[in-house]
Amino acid sequence: MLDGDSFDLRKYIARNPQSVAVWVALLVLIVFGLLRYDNFGSAYNISSFLNYNAMFIIISVGMCFVILTGGIDLSVGSVAAFTSIIAAYLSPYGIEIALPCAVAAGIVFGAFNAFCVTHLNIPPFIATLATMIGAKGGALVISGAQTIAVDWGSNFTQLGMEKAFDLVPWSIVIVAVVVVGLWIVLEQTTLGRTVLAVGGGEEASVMMGLKVDHARFFAYALSGGCAGLAGVFLASGFGAGQPLEGVGWELSAIAAVVVGGTLLTGGLGSIPATIAGALLLGLVFNILNFENGKGTISFSAYWQMVIRGAFLFLVILFQVRVMKLRQQRASL
Amino acid sequence: MEHVAKRVMLPKFNLSRHGGLIALAVILAFNVIVTPNFFQAQTLAVNISQVATIAIVAMGMTLVIATGGIDLSVGAVMALSGALAPLIFLSEFGTAYPALGIAAALIIPIMLAMVCGLFNGYIVAFLGVQPIIATLILFISGRGIAQVLTNGNLQTFSNPYFSYLGTGKILGLPFQGWLALVIAVILTWVVTRTSFGRYVLATGGNERAAYLAGGPVRKVKIGVYVICSALAGLAGLIVVAINSASDAARNGNLMELDAIAAAVVGGALLQGGRAPIFGAILGAVIIQLVKYTLLANGVEDEYALIAKALIILAAVYLQQGRRGKNA
Repeated sequence: MLDGDSFDLRKYIARNPQSVAVWVALLVLIVFGLLRYDNFGSAYNISSFLNYNAMFIIISVGMCFVILTGGIDLSVGSVAAFTSIIAAYLSPYGIEIALPCAVAAGIVFGAFNAFCVTHLNIPPFIATLATMIGAKGGALVISGAQTIAVDWGSNFTQLGMEKAFDLVPWSIVIVAVVVVGLWIVLEQTTLGRTVLAVGGGEEASVMMGLKVDHARFFAYALSGGCAGLAGVFLASGFGAGQPLEGVGWELSAIAAVVVGGTLLTGGLGSIPATIAGALLLGLVFNILNFENGKGTISFSAYWQMVIRGAFLFLVILFQVRVMKLRQQRASL
Repeated sequence: MEHVAKRVMLPKFNLSRHGGLIALAVILAFNVIVTPNFFQAQTLAVNISQVATIAIVAMGMTLVIATGGIDLSVGAVMALSGALAPLIFLSEFGTAYPALGIAAALIIPIMLAMVCGLFNGYIVAFLGVQPIIATLILFISGRGIAQVLTNGNLQTFSNPYFSYLGTGKILGLPFQGWLALVIAVILTWVVTRTSFGRYVLATGGNERAAYLAGGPVRKVKIGVYVICSALAGLAGLIVVAINSASDAARNGNLMELDAIAAAVVGGALLQGGRAPIFGAILGAVIIQLVKYTLLANGVEDEYALIAKALIILAAVYLQQGRRGKNA
């Protein structure tokens, strides 16, 4: 599907000029990593890298939908923390119970956001900020401010370890299926096109008779559901529900979406570029770890933060440059 | 017909305009009845010293929001200026010339904060990057820089002159409370009486129109980010002065959320065009009082978070919710 014959790179670039930066940057970092570090391309590194970043990819894709409608969802980190506890409590019943329930809990939070935004007309930034604070409180309440250990006897913790067809961890398979599904929803369905239309111009969409509120409701509920799924990965990956995790996830997700070229004003953006954005931000960490492993320079955790911010700055500069060149070419 | 409609709408509009004051009145009334020892000088002093930092940052945030922007980096800037100050007055120079050292420890961190604001403003105004993303850069790396400066260590000190900023009292009330009040008066004057202030509102109201009318939109944007960061830097110093210690990991942590919430509860519109400076103080007082009320009545922290979330929603719903979807 991703590399099928029907995929035309030039057409893709023409439609998503602002996401060129992220693909170039991702390619540069991967080539750099492959040339510099021996084990960078090893199956183990790739698999553990994807496994760890599965949560960030999934919340970034959910965030992308919300941002496409011109909104924002600050609650994803807290919601993931909340659902990681739900998943941990339900882990004795196996993944087939824990996962749907945790995702459902996430959708409930998302629906609450959607209700505040579409029915109470509260600005998304504030509505989801309140949910962020409230979900964090809720996570602390239901967990008693403790981490909740998962049941190692059930198949719950196998999520990130057991491999499908002896090849890829199940977590990655699940993320891939969800993400491709959502990509199709965005590009091929009425609902998805409405999401894009709402962000492009809400008033015009209303006048055209599009179901604007449905699209926005869908986007927030979806983002909540994605956060719920991320919570499942969090619990299974770390062996515990984590009430205090998820701080700053919303900003990582927003950064991934924007680095992927999606406009915060909505209406323009793409799912693959968002995934590339999430991978890019994760890769910076991965490469810093390899660099530390080499022993030539040692970056403390503090320096890693500084470098991460600086890297975000570089990508944004690059993006601004690409857009400007394009505008100049368009005006000629 | 229109007249009738307007007249009918009037009380509702008033309610939404004074939602913040009503909320404050409700909280105060609740406290008078329920909270033991609420009407005591000490309660007042504690609350003022806590609220001053939120209020100072929220006022700067209000200006940024008035231009249609947002500043996520205020907490990181607080950590940065707070980390720098003790480094200066504990240095050889600072101990050799205490007076100069204190002065430098007040001025240099705030100037550094202003540089941060310049950086934010430049990215927003000249590169055209959305404010959330532009300020996300310093949000991520600012605290990192502060921790690199201090090696991640807690810096403790005892310096009565510097600590006056956070523990001093004038007329029995905390110094930083007066400071917040003075800043509020100055900023209100700036917003209502200077051309800069008018351009701030014009930029937020309709940026394109302000630009076409010859307004210095870019300079105004840079200006508000510089002011916001300077105030955040000041707040960072106050927090360090209160604690007689600088902890780069915790100073200003999550302050951006409190400040944004205070500004919005105080009546700022995220779309821009409104700069209620005293509203920001009101919002900060409400948020602080909610926190205090729950704490004083033995409600656990986690429930306090949920209450805070509901109060933000309620206040914003009262003020902004009824303005229609595209307001």
